[in-house]
Amino acid sequence: MANNITIRVCMGTGGIASGGAEVLAAFRQEIDAAGLNAEIRENCATHQVGCRGLCARDVLVDVLVGNENVTYQFIKPDMVSRIVQEHIINRNPVAEWTVGEEYHNFHNKQVKVVLSDCGRLDPENIEDYIAEGGYEAAQKVITSWTPEKVIAEIKASGLRGRGGAGFPTGVKWELAGNNRSDAKYIICNADEGDPGAFMDRAVIEGNPHSVIEGMIIGAFAIGSKKGYVYIRAEYPLAVDRLRLAIRQAEEKGFLGKNIFGTGLDFEIAVKLGAGAFVCGEETALIASIEGQRGMPRSKPPFPVNKGLWQRPTVINNVETLANVPFIIRKGAEWFASYGTEKSKGTKVFALTGKIINTGLIEVPMGITLREIIYDIGGGIEGGKQLKAVQTGGPSGGCIPADMLDLNVDYESLAKVGSIVGSGGMIVLSEEDCMVNMAKYFIQFTQEESCGKCVPCRVGTKRLLEIMERIIGGQGKEGDMELLETLSNSVKVTSLCGLGQTAPNPVLSTLKYFRDEFEAHIIDKKCAAKVCKALITYFILEEACKGCGACLRACPAGAITGEKKKPHKIDPEICIRCGACFEVCKFRSVGRD
Amino acid sequence: MIETLKAIAGKYRNSEGNVITLLQDTQEAFGYIPKEAIEFLSKTLEIAPSRFYGVATFYIQFHLKPRGKNIITACCGTACHVKGAERLYNAVKQELNLSAGQDMTEDRQYTLEKVNCVGACSLAPVFMINKKVYGKATGEKLLREIRSNGKPQDNGK
Ligand SMILES: Cc1cc2nc3c(=O)[nH]c(=O)nc-3n(C[C@H](O)[C@H](O)[C@H](O)COP(=O)(O)O)c2cc1C
Repeated sequence: MANNITIRVCMGTGGIASGGAEVLAAFRQEIDAAGLNAEIRENCATHQVGCRGLCARDVLVDVLVGNENVTYQFIKPDMVSRIVQEHIINRNPVAEWTVGEEYHNFHNKQVKVVLSDCGRLDPENIEDYIAEGGYEAAQKVITSWTPEKVIAEIKASGLRGRGGAGFPTGVKWELAGNNRSDAKYIICNADEGDPGAFMDRAVIEGNPHSVIEGMIIGAFAIGSKKGYVYIRAEYPLAVDRLRLAIRQAEEKGFLGKNIFGTGLDFEIAVKLGAGAFVCGEETALIASIEGQRGMPRSKPPFPVNKGLWQRPTVINNVETLANVPFIIRKGAEWFASYGTEKSKGTKVFALTGKIINTGLIEVPMGITLREIIYDIGGGIEGGKQLKAVQTGGPSGGCIPADMLDLNVDYESLAKVGSIVGSGGMIVLSEEDCMVNMAKYFIQFTQEESCGKCVPCRVGTKRLLEIMERIIGGQGKEGDMELLETLSNSVKVTSLCGLGQTAPNPVLSTLKYFRDEFEAHIIDKKCAAKVCKALITYFILEEACKGCGACLRACPAGAITGEKKKPHKIDPEICIRCGACFEVCKFRSVGRD
Repeated sequence: MIETLKAIAGKYRNSEGNVITLLQDTQEAFGYIPKEAIEFLSKTLEIAPSRFYGVATFYIQFHLKPRGKNIITACCGTACHVKGAERLYNAVKQELNLSAGQDMTEDRQYTLEKVNCVGACSLAPVFMINKKVYGKATGEKLLREIRSNGKPQDNGK
C-alpha cells in the first residue's frame, strides 16, 4: 500500500547515547500533532530498532513511505518536525539531512547474516522476528530432524567459534552430544570482555531472538534441558532486551516445558557477570555461574566432558549461536559459500579508533584489511597516515600498515602473530604510539589476571614494570630482549588463555615496531608525542605574542613572561600536561 | 535493612550457586555491600561469610564501602584509550578535587570510577554519569554536566 509509513529510529546503546529516545518521542509527538491527516496517523508506525552499525552517524532514522526508504543521519529532536512536515506530509524528503555516499559505501562491501535483522526489526517484539521466518529453524529441527542431522549440518557449514579460539562448533556439539549424562548444559558466552569490542552487545540488543533460537537448536543437538546466558552487567540495555525476549519466547511455547508441543523441555536463565575479564574464559565462566570466584582450572577435562556442575557443557559465543538459525534456514552450503577454505561465513568486527566510519561491520571471512579500512571504513580520520591495525584485543597483536593486503581469516591473522579474536579492530594512526598501546594491553591483562597461577600473576606484573620504565624514560639496553624472554615464558607456562596470550601485544609490537621501542629506550623520544615523560615543551620566541594564555593555563606555574613579550617554560617545573600546547592560538608552543 | 535482606535471602534459599546473585541484589538495594548484610545472609542461608567475601573481593563490580550519590564512570576501553580517555579522566578528577587514590568526594556526592569497556566504542571517548552514556565526550561537555549536578541535559553528540 503506497501510503504505508514506517519510521525506524536507531535505539541501540549508540543510538540512545546520541539521543535516540528523544528523537523517537519527538516523532510520536509530531505525528500525533499532525493528526489532521488521519490517514497518515493510522498508517504511520514508529519503531525502535537495534544497532545498524554506523553508530558514528547516530541518530540514524529510516523513513519508509510505501517501499521507498530514506535514511537520515545525525538527527536531533528539533529536526523532527521538519521531516514530518516536508517528508511525511508533503512527500518531499529533506535532502540535506539524508545519508550520503559514505553511508552506502559503508554497507556495500558488507554481507549481513548475523546483523541482517539488526536495525530493521523491533528487538522488543517477537512478532517482528517471527514474521521474518524467526523460530522456523528451531521448529523444523525439533519437530522433524534428529540431533545427529543438526550436528552434521553445522559441521558441513564449517562454522567456527566466534569467541576467539575458532573451534569448529559442530565438533563441539558432537563431543557433548556423545556424552551420556543425567543433565547437560548449553551456555551462551556474552561476557564480551575485550575492551574495544561490542558486537555481542549489538546482536543481543538488535536481535536477541536469534541467539535464543540458536541456543534452542544447540540444546536439541546435544540433549540439554537447561541453558544459561552469561552476560556482562555493564550492558544494561542488552540484559533488559534479552530478558524480555526470553519471556516472549516462553509465552509462545518456544521455551519452557513441552516446547513446540514436542514434549521436550528447555529453559534459559540469565546470569550477570560481575566485571572480570577472565570470566570470559570457559572454565572461569563455569566457576562464576556456580557462584564462586571466577578462576579458571586446567583442561582437560574439557567442559564438553565435565563442565557446569560437573556435567557435559557446551559454551558458545553469542555470534556463533546467532549464526545457527540462519544456517539451518538457508542451508550449510549457503553459509559455506562465504569465506575462505578454512574460515567460513561472515564475521562481525567492531571497527574503531582513528577511522572515519566507526561502527559495527559484518564481512565475509577472507576480505582484505585494505577493503575494510578504506572501502568500508572510509579511511583514516583527519587525513592522517595509517600506522597499524590492532585485532584480537589484549590477546591479539598489531598488524602494520604495509600488510594491508592481508586476508582477514583465522589462519592468515595467526600467521602474522595476531588473531581474529572476538572481533575488535582498532585502527591506529601516526598519532598513536605503539609502545604505549602495548603497555595499555599489558596493564589491562595484569589488572585482570586472576592470580591463580604464578607466571601470569607475576609475569604480567614484571612485563608491565618494564614497559612503564621504558615509557617513563628509564628504558635500559637489554630491555627488549628481556621483554621477549619473559613474554615467551609467560606464554608457555600460564594456566589459561589469559596468560597464554597476554604477551602477544608486546611481542607483535616488538616484531613490527622495533624502531619505536628503540626510540623510546635509546633516544628517549616518542615520535607520536603520546608518552608524556618523553616530551619536552618549549616556546618559540619568534612566534609568541605574549598573550598570556599559556601562563594562565599552566597548572604547575612553569611559565613566566611579561605581557606582550615572549614567554618561557621552565623544564624543571613543567609537568608535561600539554595544556599550553592546546591553548596557544599562535602555534608558538613547540614540543619535541 | 533486615526486611530487605530477608526478602533477598528468601528469593534464593540455600544454594551456594547464588552467592553472586545474592551480592548483586544486596548491592542493588544498598548501593554497596554492608558488613551487616553479609553477616545476616551468611547466618540465614548457612553459607560461610568467607564465601561471600571471597566473591565480593574477586569481582570489581562489588563495593564493600559506601559510594557517592552520583557515579561518574570513565570508559577506559581500547577505543576510548586511543581517543584520550585518560586526559578526560584526569580533568574530571581535578574538577572533583580528588587526590590520588581517592575516588569519592568528601561530601559523598560523587564517585569517579574507571570501567574496562561499556561497549559503545564507536562513540569514543565514552563517559557515564549515573546510568546515562555520553558519547564523543569532551572535557568541557563533561564538566558542564557535572556542574549542573549530573542532571543530564543534552545527550552528547
Ligand atoms: C581470558 C579469556 C577471555 C575470554 N573472553 C571471551 C568472551 O568475552 N566472549 C567469548 O565468547 N569468549 C571468550 N573467550 C573464549 C572462551 O573461552 C570460549 O572459547 C568461547 O566462549 C567458546 O565459544 P565459541 O566456540 O563459540 O567461540 C575468552 C577466553 C579467554 C582465555
